[in-house]
Amino acid sequence: AFFWLVSLLLSSLIWFIAVKASDPRDESLQKGLLIFGVMFSVLLQEAFRFLYHKLLRKAIEGLVALSEDGCSPISIQQMAYVAGVGFGLMSGAFSMINLLADALGPGTVGIHGDSQLYFLTSAFMTMVLIFLHTFWGILFFHGCEHRRWWEITAVVVMHLAVSGSTFCNPLYVGSLVPSYLLMATAAAWAYLLSGGSAQNLRRFLLCK
Amino acid sequence: MTELSAHLPQFQHGQLTENFPDNHLSNTNDNSERRRHDNSERRRNDNAESETNGQPQNNMQQVVEQDEEEDEELTLKYGAKHVIMLFVPVTLCMVVVVATIKSVSFYTRKDGQLIYTPFTEETETVGQRALNSILNAAIMISVIIVMTILLVVLYKYRCYKVIHGWLIISSLLLLFFFSFIYLGEVFKTYNVAMDYITVALMIWNFGVVGMICIHWKGPLRLQQAYLIMISALMALVFIKYLPEWTAWLILAVISVYDLVAVLCPKGPLRMLVETAQERNETLFPALIYSSTMIWLVNMAEEDPEAQRKTSKNSTYDKQAPANQTQNEGAEADDGGFSQEWQQQRDNRIGPIESTPESRAAVQALPSNSQTSEDPEERGVKLGLGDFIFYSVLVGKASATASGDWNTTLACFVAILIGLCLTLLLLAIFKKALPALPISITFGLVFYFATDNLVQPFMDQLAFHQFYI
Repeated sequence: AFFWLVSLLLSSLIWFIAVKASDPRDESLQKGLLIFGVMFSVLLQEAFRFLYHKLLRKAIEGLVALSEDGCSPISIQQMAYVAGVGFGLMSGAFSMINLLADALGPGTVGIHGDSQLYFLTSAFMTMVLIFLHTFWGILFFHGCEHRRWWEITAVVVMHLAVSGSTFCNPLYVGSLVPSYLLMATAAAWAYLLSGGSAQNLRRFLLCK
Repeated sequence: MTELSAHLPQFQHGQLTENFPDNHLSNTNDNSERRRHDNSERRRNDNAESETNGQPQNNMQQVVEQDEEEDEELTLKYGAKHVIMLFVPVTLCMVVVVATIKSVSFYTRKDGQLIYTPFTEETETVGQRALNSILNAAIMISVIIVMTILLVVLYKYRCYKVIHGWLIISSLLLLFFFSFIYLGEVFKTYNVAMDYITVALMIWNFGVVGMICIHWKGPLRLQQAYLIMISALMALVFIKYLPEWTAWLILAVISVYDLVAVLCPKGPLRMLVETAQERNETLFPALIYSSTMIWLVNMAEEDPEAQRKTSKNSTYDKQAPANQTQNEGAEADDGGFSQEWQQQRDNRIGPIESTPESRAAVQALPSNSQTSEDPEERGVKLGLGDFIFYSVLVGKASATASGDWNTTLACFVAILIGLCLTLLLLAIFKKALPALPISITFGLVFYFATDNLVQPFMDQLAFHQFYI
């Protein structure tokens, strides 16, 4: 969570500088800058995820060295999951919490002609992002562990795609549907990477 | 992560019997370094010196290394537990403060200032305002320094009665007066009708139970709850009565002071710690939040005073800054809070040196006290002043930030990460460390950064419903 926060900080710093240096009245330029800011932020987030992975590797080495039977009390997969959840929670919290606070107060949604489903879609989008961060955490760490660069690039590309799809908002079908599809893909992939299989799933569902 | 004083009992064995055969050293330098730290830490009780990494210790160390290897595993398992043990109360305190700030408007209304911050911040020019806040912060800090030195002097000359009286008066004020005001404001906010008799009964019960729990014996959870409550009350008072820039400046300067006072050889707090060690006494049980139960096992020979002290596992903060109503006697009180909590605050997390049971045990009966300590019961200690300043930071962030919840959340995460780092350093250095600097620095950086940089960004993103 902390790492995500730092990445957010740096990316907003860049955006802020860009905005201050540009003309505030030009709408499309501002929007363009915002888009640039978003993309940059995505890249920064992934970079920080990578840094976090390196830090955790060092921590695991330390733990292994200190433990007596040579294996660390927490596995790298667990750490990947936790890292993903941390990223997701932080990004979700930052996206939603002001919305929620405002939702407690009086008001009408979309009174100025904006979409009336604003809160609902925000909630769904945030949820899908949190899930995605968790899965990306697992995939990313797995890719780093086994040196499969294509996995890492896949995660980055997916993240960029999801963020990019939100640019179609308020045309919600353009952003929510692809995001959910990507989430399903990422979920299945992460599940398989973590050792699950169709048989496990069946056994679990049938409570064997 | 944090060191645990699981080693202490073994240490005692090691200390007594000097003829153990040399056991094999551990493989990594890391481990032996760590053990050296462990052992040197223990030696402190004997030598009253902080750094004893010298050669004569080595043979002793090898003796206890075998035992330590078994304990390393325990250490790591419980290390995370200690971090959590501190996260929970700090989080609770912050949550209480933020909840109050958000709901009860009393604490965000400007109703004047304390006498310790005489300069107003409603000035015409920015320069004047900056100057005023600097002067305010300077006055506050000098008051705190004077009080801390006074406390150290009192302690050195064994004026225990004075110190105890001081602490008791402050906790009385806090438990009765401040909670009465707080309750009144909460009732006003929620428009609850209440009569004086019921209020008197409630406050009386609350206060008396609090005094008993904090100064005498009580269930651990209740003690911890009371400490959290009075820290929150104190923090709320600070948030209300300190003007903006002064508050941020004070936070910054206090963390610097904390660093200096604890780590410099002539720092008052360090002298306090060392004096306490020379006398083989526990430091003030007042003003420290401890996450474990104090045990009174095998302490038959302790003098009653020390015994009483060790039976208070938590400390309360003697706060009495709100002497805006009375000026006389203010010095004693406010100083009380400043110092007491200062020093306690700094003495923080020294589990090895200050886990009450092991320490008292070692100090009282160095030769044959074998407290059978359950490793699970060991814990860490954090000074109440830390709680207070963390909560002040987060509370101010939630009260005055334009980013509102984002800023609050960012400061919260920053403070917790700072606490983690501090605990990590504690595990490495094994001596009393100031808990304020890292956390407050992170918190301040994140506050200003989030408020000014992230907030506009997130606003724009939310407006267009872009997601990052």
